[in-house]
Amino acid sequence: MSRLPILELKNVTKRFGNTYALFDVSIALTPGRIHCLLGDNGAGKSTLIKVMSGYHHATDGQVVFDGEPLTFASPRHARQLGIATVHQDVGTIPLMTIGRNFFLGAEPKKGFGPFSRLDKAKANAIALEQMQRFGITRVKDAEQLVGTMSGGERQVLAIGRAMYFGARVLILDEPTSALGVKESAIVLKMMKQVREDGIAVVFITHNARHAMAVGDDFSVLIHGKVAAGFERGEVSRDELLNLMAGGEDMAQLEVDLEAVE
Amino acid sequence: MTRQLRRPETGAIVAFLLTYLFFAIFTYTNGFVSWNGTVGWMNLAAELGIVAVPVALLMIAGEFDLSIGSTVGAASMVLAIGTTHMGLPIWPMIVLALIMGMAIGLANGLVVVRTGLPSFIVTLATNFIVIGATMGISRLLTNVTSSSIAVSDSAKLVFAGRWEQANISILWWLLAIAIGLWVLSRTVFGNWIYATGGNLQAARGAGVPVERVKIILFMATGFAAALVGIILGVQWNSGNATYGMGYVFQAPIVVVIGGVLLSGGYGTVGGVAVATALFGVISTGIFYTGWSTDWIQLFLGALLGTAVLANSYVRKMALMGGR
Repeated sequence: MSRLPILELKNVTKRFGNTYALFDVSIALTPGRIHCLLGDNGAGKSTLIKVMSGYHHATDGQVVFDGEPLTFASPRHARQLGIATVHQDVGTIPLMTIGRNFFLGAEPKKGFGPFSRLDKAKANAIALEQMQRFGITRVKDAEQLVGTMSGGERQVLAIGRAMYFGARVLILDEPTSALGVKESAIVLKMMKQVREDGIAVVFITHNARHAMAVGDDFSVLIHGKVAAGFERGEVSRDELLNLMAGGEDMAQLEVDLEAVE
Repeated sequence: MTRQLRRPETGAIVAFLLTYLFFAIFTYTNGFVSWNGTVGWMNLAAELGIVAVPVALLMIAGEFDLSIGSTVGAASMVLAIGTTHMGLPIWPMIVLALIMGMAIGLANGLVVVRTGLPSFIVTLATNFIVIGATMGISRLLTNVTSSSIAVSDSAKLVFAGRWEQANISILWWLLAIAIGLWVLSRTVFGNWIYATGGNLQAARGAGVPVERVKIILFMATGFAAALVGIILGVQWNSGNATYGMGYVFQAPIVVVIGGVLLSGGYGTVGGVAVATALFGVISTGIFYTGWSTDWIQLFLGALLGTAVLANSYVRKMALMGGR
């Protein structure tokens, strides 16, 4: 599989007033690889996603798409280029059916002029097929309300939807953080499948175990800088945890905790 | 059976059947179930029903419209001032009244979308502004706030035609229901209505033009309110600024009894149609019992309270388990 990056940030800095949210960040997203983005709250992960998905412009540095430097005109522009973001909980509508949710904003139609109408049969069939493709077999009827599905199944719906509409870069913002063990496994398994399809995946998470389970590349953000970047197998889980907590802070934390005991 | 319990319109259907049976049994000898009795409650339901359908769509999209009452009165006064005071033919005045209704809706929609203020307050303000303006302008031009309308035969036929005791407004009501059913359950726009009320951020994120959806629905509501104003005006041969004030709360009441969630995102046109029929049955049924009509309000209030409780239960049921 090609190792040329689809989306690359080169020395990107993002400043809000006098505050640096990102400083000199370089990250490459490659087809068929899962790039884990780790870091504490406030480390700059959200800002980084927003730069990648066209919500923010970099103050400094370059965004390179398919080898060409580019400035996203809007989030919509980024979406059209195949950069899809799936957020933790927004994105699906509980009181609507699976079929209606899946095609929201891109509904299939049949008939002409004033008789143009929603092609529910088609929407339902495709939505169900996509859900089952990613291992959701419990769902048998696309007329079911999305609110009746589990958190993991909803994530699968949202990710499957992005895939169906031609995502090339898939940004997953904490897809497993609100889920139980079994539910997380469904989503992690799906991410591996998505990787097989040659999609570049960005996986934002707090959970080192989840990251180690599927990640190919790792970037740890601390105070807006990439504190460490490495590939699968180069770092142990303990080292990763240490990095995520900010290195020295973690060592200090252990000392403090011992003192309490 | 359990599946039916989760449908938003189930409550309205059960309430309708129970209430209908109640009046049918207790007032059987007085003719409630006769042709004339049936037409009676349908006539009453029809006028409210025409405006309740777009109000239902608007509430499913997550917004309120309390300005319908004054729009009904204003539309009737446009006909009165135009035909009697200015001596103009009625048909252009009808078109003007409908445009005015849509303009009021457009104003509501723009203010709600641009300011992000709750539509409950925005349209309540519009309600007072419109009725105040209607009365003020009427008094300036004609010295009164109600005045007769010169109705042509064609207008009489279209808006106030009768077949025995049945008003043509029943047909307009059925048309409104048919359009509402089609739009909400069959069209892409219907999908957007549910999405806008169900989760505004998610809908916007998926590329649904949520602002446009809301503005179009406010305009549809204004249009329907003006249509009712025209029907009332032509029927009674007179315009009155205070026509339709009853609808301000009756419309949202039947919409909620029909199973639409106050928070938006859930509900059906069928449920609202049944709830409107229920309103007609209660309002006329009381007459047949010979009781005081004061009880209508009590009946409606109790139904509304029960409906709100039932709706939140149905919503919970709908979100539980598979099928």
